[in-house]
Amino acid sequence: MQNFSARLSPVRLFWLLAFGLLVMLLLSVFVGRYPAPYWMSPGLLQEDVLAQRLVWSLRLPRLLTALLLGMTLTACGTVLQMVFRNPLVEPGFLGVSQGAAFGAAVSILWLGTSPVIIEILATIFALLGLALSYVLARQWRFGGWALRLILAGIAVSALFSAGVGVLKYMADPLTQLPEITFWMLGGLWSVTWRDLLYILPIVLPGLLVVYLMRWRLNLLSLNDETAFSLGAAPARERGLLLVAAVSATAAVISVSGVVGWVGLIVPHLARRLTGANARHTLPISMLMGGIFVVICDNLARTLLPGEIPLGILTSLLGSLIFIVLMMSVRLELRR
Amino acid sequence: MTETPIISLDHLRFSYDGPHVDVLNDLSLDIPAGTITAILGPNGAGKTTLLHVILGLLQPHAGQIYIEGQPQAGYSRTELSQKVGLVLQAEHTPFNFTVFEYVLLGRTPHLGMLSMPSNNDYRLTRQALEALELESLQQRPITELSGGERQMVMLARAIAQQTPILLLDEPTSHLDLSNKGRFLQMLRTLAGQGVTIIFTTHEPEVAVAAARYLVLMRAGQVLDSGPLTQLLTAEKLSATYGVPIRVARLEDRPVVLLS
Repeated sequence: MQNFSARLSPVRLFWLLAFGLLVMLLLSVFVGRYPAPYWMSPGLLQEDVLAQRLVWSLRLPRLLTALLLGMTLTACGTVLQMVFRNPLVEPGFLGVSQGAAFGAAVSILWLGTSPVIIEILATIFALLGLALSYVLARQWRFGGWALRLILAGIAVSALFSAGVGVLKYMADPLTQLPEITFWMLGGLWSVTWRDLLYILPIVLPGLLVVYLMRWRLNLLSLNDETAFSLGAAPARERGLLLVAAVSATAAVISVSGVVGWVGLIVPHLARRLTGANARHTLPISMLMGGIFVVICDNLARTLLPGEIPLGILTSLLGSLIFIVLMMSVRLELRR
Repeated sequence: MTETPIISLDHLRFSYDGPHVDVLNDLSLDIPAGTITAILGPNGAGKTTLLHVILGLLQPHAGQIYIEGQPQAGYSRTELSQKVGLVLQAEHTPFNFTVFEYVLLGRTPHLGMLSMPSNNDYRLTRQALEALELESLQQRPITELSGGERQMVMLARAIAQQTPILLLDEPTSHLDLSNKGRFLQMLRTLAGQGVTIIFTTHEPEVAVAAARYLVLMRAGQVLDSGPLTQLLTAEKLSATYGVPIRVARLEDRPVVLLS
């Protein structure tokens, strides 16, 4: 890995990954279970009307959403890790994903299943989950900051999970319960162009803010005193980055449901390839996240006759990669 | 102090928990420009707090701070970070920035909010690394450096920041004798270039080796300030630390001893 990173400059790696992603997207259009499992011949697109409609109305919006989901989750993971100076956090660990799920369940139960309302409630509760984790970690007097933040995140996530459990118990088993259950598993099978268009106005500005502020992200990962002496306004800049990243995440998972582990492992892998400098790591990990989720989603919709929930696949692959990473990475956690 | 003060502190009061227990208690002090000033004092005297107040990180609840004759509050965040730099005792980051990238971060005050470092910033970063003979370390992750190496790298970052005022909080506590020598030599070089340097230390010999001015602090107040040669006496140090201290002379330099 060391030699690899020494040979490949971040800029080259970026273009290599961008090219890889493009090829992956192109190929993914033809991956699926129509007309036969695994592969559709490109020629079919010229003659088969059903194939054309399938690709245009189902596969394309789904692919683009998978791409956006992967990019957003890794961007958010990178932001959370650097802003909290803790390489072991991701949206699923800090009450963000569970909070969003709870918000969506509340919406499904009482406010209807309009994507906009689900999105708004998911965002509100995701921010609430993050804020609660942060406040608890600040209040507690047990262990170091890194540990407290993770423990608080686990507690808040559990609280929201329990809340979702209660809502599931109250839900109409025929209409509302399946909707909520889909949420907890995570998946992109119902994504339409309309869903994609609804989330873009939140996701794109959020990602843009994070991308443009990626040099500041470096500053914020240093000691507060150092960051301040270098001109940062730590509280304000952290707040801005967190709101941008968490809103974008809540918006995409209002469509995809809870998809875990991507935001944790992909930034880790990216840092191993290019080092910590977010100027390079952020765009590279976003590309890697996009590729990872597109691959997982391809597997989810192709491997079995029935769909495998995406969240299960990312958790399976993500946790396995994480275990291997933790065996080989020397992490330095203090404070 | 006769020279024009670059930093002037006027009846400062500061406390961490409301205005009851003052960590800085009616503190007034002038720092002459282009010199090295050492702050000595026992633990809890308020030395670090004083640096943080000068930096603008902490806001005093009474009193005024003037930097280059202007009230500190009149400077924006960016302007202030172009005036005052800081080197901590230790930097803890879990992320594997290379030494070069870390030093390059020192250029941030000279960048726009959303801009990236330019070729000029890269050049100044290389110069800062060369000044401290750290070129061989530049591709090493900072997480793999020794405490002493990190300290040198933090100074390089502050040099790249190019501020006229540099604050250092116990900068030599992790350094071995050779690094300490190089570190203090660099401070003298910077002062020769007109940079005003203020550092806190628990080691009087470090103050003697580098500083021309001395500030003695105890319980949030300045007991005395002035040229080091006049202040480094057994009487004044004993009053500062509250224990009997002797000052001997060796090759015409004061040596501080616990008696």
